[in-house]
Amino acid sequence: MDFDLMREAFPKIIAAVPTTLALAAISLCLGFALAVPLALMRVSKNRSISAIAYGYVYIIRSTPLLVQMFLIYYGSGQFRAFFEAAGLWTFFRDAWFCAILALTLSTAAYSTEIIRGAIQAVPLGQIEAARAVGMSGFLQFRRIVFPIAMRLALPAYGNEIILMVKSTSLASTITILEVTGVAKQIISNTYRPVEIFVIAGAIYLSINFIVSRSVTLIELWLNPHRRAERGVRTVSAAAGH
Amino acid sequence: MDLTLLGWGDAGWADELTRGAIMTIVVATCAFALGILIGSVFAAAKLSRFWSLKLLGDVYTTVVRGVPELLIIFLVFFGGGALLRSIANSLFGFEGYIEPPVFAIGVLCIGVSAGAYSTEVIRAAVLAIPKGQIEAAKAVGMAPALRLRRILIPQAARYALPGMGNVWQYTLKDTSLISVVGLVEIMRAAAVGAGSTKEPFTFYLAAFVLFLVLTSLSNRGFIRAEQWANRGVRSQ
Repeated sequence: MDFDLMREAFPKIIAAVPTTLALAAISLCLGFALAVPLALMRVSKNRSISAIAYGYVYIIRSTPLLVQMFLIYYGSGQFRAFFEAAGLWTFFRDAWFCAILALTLSTAAYSTEIIRGAIQAVPLGQIEAARAVGMSGFLQFRRIVFPIAMRLALPAYGNEIILMVKSTSLASTITILEVTGVAKQIISNTYRPVEIFVIAGAIYLSINFIVSRSVTLIELWLNPHRRAERGVRTVSAAAGH
Repeated sequence: MDLTLLGWGDAGWADELTRGAIMTIVVATCAFALGILIGSVFAAAKLSRFWSLKLLGDVYTTVVRGVPELLIIFLVFFGGGALLRSIANSLFGFEGYIEPPVFAIGVLCIGVSAGAYSTEVIRAAVLAIPKGQIEAAKAVGMAPALRLRRILIPQAARYALPGMGNVWQYTLKDTSLISVVGLVEIMRAAAVGAGSTKEPFTFYLAAFVLFLVLTSLSNRGFIRAEQWANRGVRSQ
């Protein structure tokens, strides 16, 4: 291990962390905003509406993110004249825009299924009670179904956040210098892959550790009734050993 | 969009793309097999009584699942190349450049990643086997190896099947990442076509459709396999 090289490379790689975080945060927010209506379409009783949402989810989940990203970034070049005429070329020639678009479309599809599962898992009694007190459909969703569904979706959504942090690494293939991109650059200049991998890997692991701890904390905060239960469980698990 | 580019023969790129698709399937299959092997070993480690083995299993799954696959590929590609060169130099006095074996690197990287996800699936499957089954096997005097072969593995395989279907999907999609180090699978074949015809959309769309077909077919295969594996199970 070449510690001098590591000391030199560390600040360069750390400087790319905001790019990675920005890519993940922006596309997660946009993706979530898309996923909620898509999930509502998925649970719709109208079969064609549900089929459209499922078709989207199926297509995105069945193809690699790398293909989607290349299709958007390099593929749009083939229709340059069209995009220029539509005034959209400034967006599509920008790697940032294309990376965020691809990541957003991808996380939207995965999150749709997570949120759909959570909406369907809301206990029927809650909805019946809301109806019994005369809530309208929208009020029911806003006050009862959505908050409960979010609470139920949280653990799975935490995994999705971690997958997205990892997925931002693909942006390096379309010229964006985030953590993996910078790491690759340094590796191909110095031919010291192990040292650089240790730094970049540790950065990703720390981001993901912080994410998973935060999700656990938010889960406890949102489920006060489960805090006691959790305490009991850890005690009994310890006793079992 | 010129679809004749996707035809067969000299003018079209269908031959190249098909070869790429076959390479994708071969890499994914080898990596999946390696993943099952690694997953079984580490699942056994995580389920063992020894804390050191448990720790080893935890470290492996945490690191591999927490770090981007692309980063692992760069590590193995550049690291493996350097290692091969130094071995060739010290053992045979060879000075020239050695092309890193991208196929082996691809199988290794994707396999290690698939192994981490398989570890969790296999561990959960083993834990799902009712204790009574193992106790009954012990009661009739089966040796541990026989118990493993006749009772544990057949039942764990059935419980693991849906999860392994997901792992297969990840594996198949992850093979596209190997294109960045030059293995000619679907993505690389499409990139080569896009580069020489200046029609990137046509080629990446072809790659997109090829992956869609591969995942849909294998999805159906796994559903059939699940039906077959559960044919003797009482439905509740």
